[in-house]
Amino acid sequence: MADQTNQEPIIICEGVNKWYGEFHALRDVSIRVRRGEVVVICGPSGSGKSTFIRTINRLEEHQQGTIIVDGIEMTNDIRNIDAIRRETGMVFQQFNLFPHLTVMQNITLAPIWVRKKTRKESDAKAKELLERVGIVEQAQKFPGQLSGGQQQRVAIARALAMEPRIMLFDEPTSALDPEMVKEVLDVMKELARGGITMLCVTHEMGFAREVADRIVFMDHGQIVEEGNPEQIFSAPQHERTKLFLSQIL
Amino acid sequence: MTTDSARARPTKPTVVLWDWLRQNLFNTWYNAIISVVIAFLLYQLLSNLLGWLLTTQGWIAVLTNIRLLFVGRYPPDQVWRVEVVVALIALLTGLSGGVWKGIVRNLATGFGLILFVLSLIAFTFPNDGFNPMIAAPIFLLGSSALLALGIWGGSRIAERLRIPLIISWVLLYPIGILIIRGGVGLPVVETNLWGGLLLTLILSSSGIILSFPLGVLLALGRRSDLPIVKGFCIAYIELIRGIPLVTVLFMAQLMLPLFLPDQVRIDSVVRAMVAVTLFSAAYLAENVRGGLQSLPRGQAEAARALGLNSVQTTLLITLPQALRAIIPVLVGQFISLFKDTSLVVIVGLIDLLGIARTIYSQAEWKDFTGGVWRETLFVVAVIYWIFSFTMSRTSKKIEEKMSVGYR
Repeated sequence: MADQTNQEPIIICEGVNKWYGEFHALRDVSIRVRRGEVVVICGPSGSGKSTFIRTINRLEEHQQGTIIVDGIEMTNDIRNIDAIRRETGMVFQQFNLFPHLTVMQNITLAPIWVRKKTRKESDAKAKELLERVGIVEQAQKFPGQLSGGQQQRVAIARALAMEPRIMLFDEPTSALDPEMVKEVLDVMKELARGGITMLCVTHEMGFAREVADRIVFMDHGQIVEEGNPEQIFSAPQHERTKLFLSQIL
Repeated sequence: MTTDSARARPTKPTVVLWDWLRQNLFNTWYNAIISVVIAFLLYQLLSNLLGWLLTTQGWIAVLTNIRLLFVGRYPPDQVWRVEVVVALIALLTGLSGGVWKGIVRNLATGFGLILFVLSLIAFTFPNDGFNPMIAAPIFLLGSSALLALGIWGGSRIAERLRIPLIISWVLLYPIGILIIRGGVGLPVVETNLWGGLLLTLILSSSGIILSFPLGVLLALGRRSDLPIVKGFCIAYIELIRGIPLVTVLFMAQLMLPLFLPDQVRIDSVVRAMVAVTLFSAAYLAENVRGGLQSLPRGQAEAARALGLNSVQTTLLITLPQALRAIIPVLVGQFISLFKDTSLVVIVGLIDLLGIARTIYSQAEWKDFTGGVWRETLFVVAVIYWIFSFTMSRTSKKIEEKMSVGYR
């Protein structure tokens, strides 16, 4: 898991800054993520962690600094943005499944329209993914007929259908009832062990301890501290990190 | 006891009529008085209305002018062309009902029943003294038979018919207009001869069919990032919404010719179509925009994150959901557009309502006691109501069907 060989980074962020009007949301955020690395981003609410993860696929625009994803630099060129989005899957707090499409159609939509795959190919792939997240029997239902946990697993399958190299998770379990958190985390753990690059904003410290290669702690729009889980959990350096961990654990 | 069992099995009320009356209408002395007064008024109203409906001789005016009511001054020897279009619509409706079942078949059945009943009425008034449409009973019966045949045939070869049917529906409008207007081999019937229900239906269907895409484009334009497109759409929508339809109709009739070269002459029906379409599109745009804005932002974000471009996101994700959300509003707007077409009377076109006025002011009814305007307007109102009610019921059914699995 904790692969220490020095590989080329798949995500490079250098001095990323973002403002919402006067509010300085991201301050000089720099991070390098290796291929296959699982990075958990945590921090108090309003610390900019969601904003940061959303700049990586340009759901939020950054105003300063460079972001390079899989060798493609994030510019205002729509072709670059689309290329990066094809390489990154995203899972949202509110699932954001398309309510007018069935589970199957939700998953096959992007492969058919973006990757130009045939319906047959995408259907087979979708079946396989639904089996992997354990809800193949719900394929013909609409999202509104599923529980929150099932919806989030469909959302993960939908993102995976594009065969992304990077998965971004934006608080994937925060909108779930407690008894459904585990089923989603289990899927994510399986993914993490499968070797995909993952950036995950979450408050699930058990998950972080188990699968993260690195934990990044953010506060007030900047990275305060980072390190492997043992370091962060047993010997946090920064006062803010100590306080946050004492409140959450 | 009785109420208890009624509550337990609400589908089978065991309450007798007298009990129900006493509990609901005569439970206090003032309720009893109100009930009696209302019952008396209702009795007066209904008995007078029924008495008038059954005894009045004024229906003869409507029957004599039935062709005028339906097609206006369209030449009688050419009316078969309108009949061909109606028969075509009947066939297509029947086939669609057979192929798609459900709501479409209900619509087809309703249409077929109306045709059938009209044919029966037409048969009881053969060409004696009155002057109904040429061969009208046979045409009506034939159309309803064609429709029934369509339902039967459509359900048998549903799979192969889907795409040809959709194409036929798309082609129906231009082909229908071509047959009615003529030109290619057929003698031209100038639009100033179109009138009655024919004109009302052509104006409103054109308005609905043409204003829909225009309205959607305006709504998307208003949400665009391009300042010129956005500015134009806002200016257009706000300008049109700020003036009454009558003004737009007058502008189209009087001002449009000023902007066009002298050689280009657009006839007044087309001008009215343009006016109704432009007017309706502005309102439609605002409704569509409302639907788009009611969607959570996450929908577009999820689509973009998957790599769909902005056109795909709009066509596959946001627009379908927005349109679905505003079906009731859209149908409401189409109903009012349908009825608003009666305003074209003031620019000299004689639609269904205009023809009614023509009919009851005919010289032959001058000595008729009380005139015939009540009967004529009653029939016109019934015709308007049938169309509007059908639209509103259909929208309700579509809504019900779409909410299945949505929640």
